[in-house]
Amino acid sequence: MELIYEKSRAGRRGVLLPASDVPTAAVLPKSLLRAESARLPELSELETVRHFTNLSRRNFSVDTNFYPLGSCTMKYNSKAIEEAAKLFGDFHPMTALLPGGERYAQGNLAMVHHLGELLTEITGMDEVTCQPLAGAHGEMTGIMLIAAYHRAKGNKKRYVIVPDSSHGTNPASAAMAGYEIITIPSAPYGDMDLDEFKAKMNGEVAAVMMTCPNTLGLFNPHIREICDIAHSFDALVYYDGANTNAILGKVRPGDLGFDVIHLNLHKTFGTPHGAGGPGSGPVGVKQALVPFLPMPRVVKKDGAYSLETDNAASIGRVSSFFGNFGVMVKAYAYILMLGRQGLIKVSEQAVLNANYIMSQLKSHYDLPYDFTCMHECVFSASRQLKHGVHAIDIAKYLIDRGFHPPTVYFPLNVKEAIMIEPTETESKETIDAFIAVMKEAAEMAEKDPEALHQAPVTMPVTRLDETKAAREQAVCYSKW
Amino acid sequence: MSHENFLPNTPEDIREMLAAIGAGSIDELFAPIPANLRAKSFDLPAGMSEFEMLAGLKALAGKNAGDLSSFIGGGFYDHVIPAVVDHLSGRAEFYTAYTPYQPECSQGSLQALFEYQTAICELTGMEVSNASLYDGATAMAEAALMMLRVTERNRIVMDGAINPFYRQVVKSYLAMVNVEVVEVMPVNGAIDRTAFIAAIDEAAAGVLLQNPNFFGTVDDFTDIVAAAHAKGALASVSVYPVALGLLKTPGAMGADIVTGDGQPLGNPLSFGGPSFGFMASIKKYIRNFPGRIIGETVDRNGKRGFVLTLQAREQHIKRHKATSNICSNQSLCALRGLIFLSAFGREGFVELARLNYDKGGYAKQVLASVKGVSLYNAGSTFNEFTLTLPKSAAEVVETLLGQGIAAGVPAGAWYAGLDNQLVVTVTEKRSKEEIDTLAERLEVALWS
Repeated sequence: MELIYEKSRAGRRGVLLPASDVPTAAVLPKSLLRAESARLPELSELETVRHFTNLSRRNFSVDTNFYPLGSCTMKYNSKAIEEAAKLFGDFHPMTALLPGGERYAQGNLAMVHHLGELLTEITGMDEVTCQPLAGAHGEMTGIMLIAAYHRAKGNKKRYVIVPDSSHGTNPASAAMAGYEIITIPSAPYGDMDLDEFKAKMNGEVAAVMMTCPNTLGLFNPHIREICDIAHSFDALVYYDGANTNAILGKVRPGDLGFDVIHLNLHKTFGTPHGAGGPGSGPVGVKQALVPFLPMPRVVKKDGAYSLETDNAASIGRVSSFFGNFGVMVKAYAYILMLGRQGLIKVSEQAVLNANYIMSQLKSHYDLPYDFTCMHECVFSASRQLKHGVHAIDIAKYLIDRGFHPPTVYFPLNVKEAIMIEPTETESKETIDAFIAVMKEAAEMAEKDPEALHQAPVTMPVTRLDETKAAREQAVCYSKW
Repeated sequence: MSHENFLPNTPEDIREMLAAIGAGSIDELFAPIPANLRAKSFDLPAGMSEFEMLAGLKALAGKNAGDLSSFIGGGFYDHVIPAVVDHLSGRAEFYTAYTPYQPECSQGSLQALFEYQTAICELTGMEVSNASLYDGATAMAEAALMMLRVTERNRIVMDGAINPFYRQVVKSYLAMVNVEVVEVMPVNGAIDRTAFIAAIDEAAAGVLLQNPNFFGTVDDFTDIVAAAHAKGALASVSVYPVALGLLKTPGAMGADIVTGDGQPLGNPLSFGGPSFGFMASIKKYIRNFPGRIIGETVDRNGKRGFVLTLQAREQHIKRHKATSNICSNQSLCALRGLIFLSAFGREGFVELARLNYDKGGYAKQVLASVKGVSLYNAGSTFNEFTLTLPKSAAEVVETLLGQGIAAGVPAGAWYAGLDNQLVVTVTEKRSKEEIDTLAERLEVALWS
């Protein structure tokens, strides 16, 4: 498909400006002006509409395809939450920060505050900030809070412990906060090796970052003990909330002993992923960390909401305003619709669907950790590899059969990993159709591996040369 | 409330699935969680239909003030949004997809983001762009971290005239890694050139600048960029993208990195988010970039296609050695930015900038003519400028808010001694009548 710049014709335009009702201002000095206008595309409105509509048709999405991308919780995004966000759309964030401005933003501030209260109860923490703009941003904020805690106590800390199955964002976030990383291997039971952990734990460890259930979809039976051991060294325990969809109403990280948690509203709480964002990464903390929360903080006093902007102990500001407010409204709307019983059922059905897939595909794929899983299960294509077929080949074949592939090659501690997260919003018929195609792929790996190597053949492009892209670094249109 | 709308498994489905698993009940599936670790509480309200939810949220939104006549900016700007932006970004194939890890079934998002990167490079005068960051403030912090990586030095020199929230975020980020941030405070709403250049030494990794700055002053930083380069430091400039319809690009000033907030490009104010951060640079620093980058390539038949590229910089590959921890960015907001820019097009975007400049110019003249009021900026401005009032700006703002006018942002909250300074923003959405009314009410508020 042509690029929008290739469709451009000088003199066309897509939108008219309102007429000016003020005099033309004197021209700025030449030294302040750009020499040439930016070569933005020039198209009629229809051509613009057709371009982007046709681009959209070259995407798989939750609304068009089953999207069992492990660790990403690609559940259905309700349309009502989009309407909810529009109710709050047109409000300048600075209004609330003007002198006396809070009283003009009571609806918005109440929403932020109430969402925080709901998330506090869901996670069993003491307070939640919604300022972080995505999961990884929440992780970094959480680690900053932990660092502030240790600094205030005069603790000398250097390390953050992560299991080898952790999301890459965990060590990356801890490194941004200046910590060195200790990685603990997994035990045969599929989670961080408890003995290795005990051996590596020391007084200079600032935090232990755990995902629970972990990226294999397994609930760690030693999680309370890990929290207790960490606390005995005055290390704090961080809960990566990426997999919260498995535990709603069943487990609360706060009850388990976790000190800090981030949530991904775009995963568990049903807000759309937007082809890579916007997300939202609220952070919940226990009381000991409340003084360090980022500013501004929404507080409720005598039935009115206000902003606390001045607190010397705070880690400061981590984003421009109050977080991805529009995403927060959607998650709030989602929680209101589901309610207590609905959210419990969400996790129950997500876990049921994942275990069903696991039970049906065990016969065709290796299952390195064969335990009851939570919301996702991780297979290995090692059996198919004997026929020269990799996880990526199976993924590409699924595309031809109308399914978005699961996450492949993650977690890193499983060879040829295929990580499947169906979510609760998929019907049994859809899941059965997926299972059938996965079995078909396994059979083809034995009979006709070449066909899998050729996949996909039904998409606008076949497999792409990633090496060429990395070598040439053509990241902008250049053939003007 | 039974939630079948979101949970399609029927009792019959559930029975069949449990039988296939070999479990007697759903509870059995949760057996790996020991009883003593179960939730102690889950006290949430009962669920409701979408109609009840929307009615409740409509009432909640109604607790905000109605339409204020808004002259506030400070990082977010009240610009028009063409109807096509909502309609096209509202295509579910865009908004219910995720990161395009599987390029063959994600060419729509990938090509759009490649086109976005091109538009950002065109606007900023740079050679490479990533596929977006979170917002303008965090993009500036990432630029600072990038300059530290490239130069392997440990000091950042920052103009105190940069948006105070951006500076706070930069300081939050850099405080973690023990980097010294030297802040040089402005004079008359403009960078203190002599002091700033003097602060750039051989330990400086780079300088952080903003154009226009918080006070609305427009500058040409060519000399400061050159001074930074002379000491082996880099220069990063944050920009207000609409202003780039008219203003000299950071590229033309010789800057190494450009960042900014994309909210003005087709994203609603939405109480501060979501928007998107953008980042562009000269090509030689591409391997030091944070976040996702889309690259052009070919498929097995030689057909053009697009992929996520240089992923070896990123956290899912490099873990703690990644250039940043960022994973999800603000793709959909960046797409809105691209659609916005495409809708206005080359000429329309220049006209949009000029209209903002003209409105700002008119307002500046009318407001500076109010008795006792003068213009604070020493230099030129775009659509945002600062007034010196004969009394506390905070008091005046509070008074005018009560009359339905958000008159501007008082500078005193962040600048000692500037209690009487008011930063006023005028976008194309403000009419001459609104500007004239502001002038009248301002005079009354000051003198009665």
